[in-house]
Amino acid sequence: MMRKFTTVTGVAAPLLIDDVNTDLIIPIEHCVSTPRGQLGRVAFEAIRYRSDGSENPDFVLNQHAYRGAPILVAGANFGCGSSREPAVWALDQLGIRTIIARDFGDIFYANCLRNGLLPIALRAESYARLVAIGLDKKPVTLSVDLERCLITMQDGDSIAFDIEPARRHALLEGLDQLGETLLSLPDITAFQQQDRVKRPWVWQTVPATAESKKT
Amino acid sequence: MTERPQTLLDKLWSQHVIKQLSPAEDLIHVDRFFLHDLSGLIAIPDLRKRGLTMQSPALNFAVTDHAVSTAQGREHHVDAKSRRYVFEMRDLMREAGIRHFDIGDADQGIVHVIGPELGLTLPGTTFLCTDSHTCTHGALGALAWGVGQTDALHILATQTIVQGKPKSMRIRLDGALPSSVFAKDVILAVIGRFGAGAGVGYAVEFCGSAVQAMLMEERLTLCNMAVELGSRTGIIAPDSVTADFLHGRPYAPSGALWDSAVEAWRELHTDDDAAFDCELTMNLTELRPQVTWGTSVDQVQPIDGRVPDPDAAPEAKTRAAVAETLRYMDLQPHQVLEGLPVQHVFIGSCTNGRMSDLKIAADIVRGRTVAPGIRAWVVPGSSAVKRAAEREGLDRVFRDAGFDWRESGCSLCSAVNGDIVAPGERSISTTNRNFVGRQGPGSRTHLASPAVVAASALTGTITDPRKLNR
Repeated sequence: MMRKFTTVTGVAAPLLIDDVNTDLIIPIEHCVSTPRGQLGRVAFEAIRYRSDGSENPDFVLNQHAYRGAPILVAGANFGCGSSREPAVWALDQLGIRTIIARDFGDIFYANCLRNGLLPIALRAESYARLVAIGLDKKPVTLSVDLERCLITMQDGDSIAFDIEPARRHALLEGLDQLGETLLSLPDITAFQQQDRVKRPWVWQTVPATAESKKT
Repeated sequence: MTERPQTLLDKLWSQHVIKQLSPAEDLIHVDRFFLHDLSGLIAIPDLRKRGLTMQSPALNFAVTDHAVSTAQGREHHVDAKSRRYVFEMRDLMREAGIRHFDIGDADQGIVHVIGPELGLTLPGTTFLCTDSHTCTHGALGALAWGVGQTDALHILATQTIVQGKPKSMRIRLDGALPSSVFAKDVILAVIGRFGAGAGVGYAVEFCGSAVQAMLMEERLTLCNMAVELGSRTGIIAPDSVTADFLHGRPYAPSGALWDSAVEAWRELHTDDDAAFDCELTMNLTELRPQVTWGTSVDQVQPIDGRVPDPDAAPEAKTRAAVAETLRYMDLQPHQVLEGLPVQHVFIGSCTNGRMSDLKIAADIVRGRTVAPGIRAWVVPGSSAVKRAAEREGLDRVFRDAGFDWRESGCSLCSAVNGDIVAPGERSISTTNRNFVGRQGPGSRTHLASPAVVAASALTGTITDPRKLNR
């Protein structure tokens, strides 16, 4: 079972920078040397801490009002770059449950969905409306409702968002994708049997000769 | 009745759909899956924990490339930090029965170098790996992209992935490349022109006279950085260059199987009049060598260009971001990159670690010496590239000039193997990412072609290869 996502209400931390890459979210050395359960404290390390190890007060999640914020509002192409899934684990451990952005790095978006985090890609006009409420000027509380696909603001006004219905369903129910796909194993085997006839060269996966002929 | 014209993406996608799961998601067959030494250590234990086995063991492969040292003699002196990534990985892959291209294996190398080199990457296949630069394999007409750890487990257990079909983008590149300008300059210029997020949600097909004229290794460089445009993958329709490249490779089909494969690959092209969701074009006849100045790949300009002025940016948000980038990179507004001193020079990676890259660099280096105080490395992209280069004496050319000639691996591109650039130091590198801390915490990276990087080694500053006198 994956953790379910239904509704999240809380302060929205603004990180309105474009092209935030997964190297910045979690540096590679922490992917190998920091235990999986302790990634939260090193998330955004390069911009979150100063060189002496103290917190950088300019970084939004270090500020009192935004500490532990369950909602992150990002810019465009958030989570671009490396496919490292620890980037999602690290954000999750920081307490972030949903990320609202213009759009996302493709692999990062998929990794969020596989871990029960809701990535919300807003259309340009909706994104502009959200930012225009001044969430980068003062702390703003938002309510994100996946059932209704709505972001509701403090004044009651709301912004609709899109998500692929099957993904929405999986998040709402906490569905484990692998468990679902395992039910389709007979279909997979049948496809493979046909494919072996149609494209036999794909299925030859041992070298034609022991010696590398060209290299 | 005429059928609707199809894009190359349409054809590649539909051939792998096992079933439609929803209007926007399909269950896609994975023809080739690669684990590396970071993901393999997690994926196999994950599989065991679930009590599952591999659905199609013969379609899965593994390689040790990311976390292993590239120092000579690495098989005998494995340092404490990388022991797991060598020994535990080796044991896990043996127990799992996965073909593992381990250090010491003649076929070891960076996954995106050895896939094509061994003929494991074939046109019309889906090729997935736990690495974002898997898009490289699209150069051969494969549908290839990177996945995370959860999807790795899904693939091992079912040989499938649940995926929405990306939108289609075509980038047409026309015109002959000027001398000293290479595929690396092309892709850097494309990303600079259209932006690091221009391809989000798309699969990009590269076409045009410049692409047709490229040899396979140049195409691999081009597609390697499709992900830096934000796109899920880059693809090039297979042609005679592709077939000639693959013919006789160890894992490529042979005999009658080869003939039927080539016949099927002829269908793998975009039909006339097929519609794309987005089309872009660029003419390359005036292209100059490119160098990045910032910490996003689209922060790039011609080598003789000037670093931007944050105050010239229209939006406050951009002004702040550019100013912060210049602070990190220790650059001034309007500064010219050419002539900027560097401490590290790196030639290698899945972008530019192939034989043609080493030849370009060697031709510039031959008979000259690396500037004093510069740490200059050549890391071949695979053990086979290393052997081929040594057969041609390129190792001597580099060594005589003062370069360190190393074993194959990701080295200073993944920087998780003991190879790093010290904080505050500046590197010019043939790799694919200039992100904050990419080559080590606090490191400053400028991306460029092997020609620019080799020329820079000789002067110790960022140097235009066209200005070196022969």
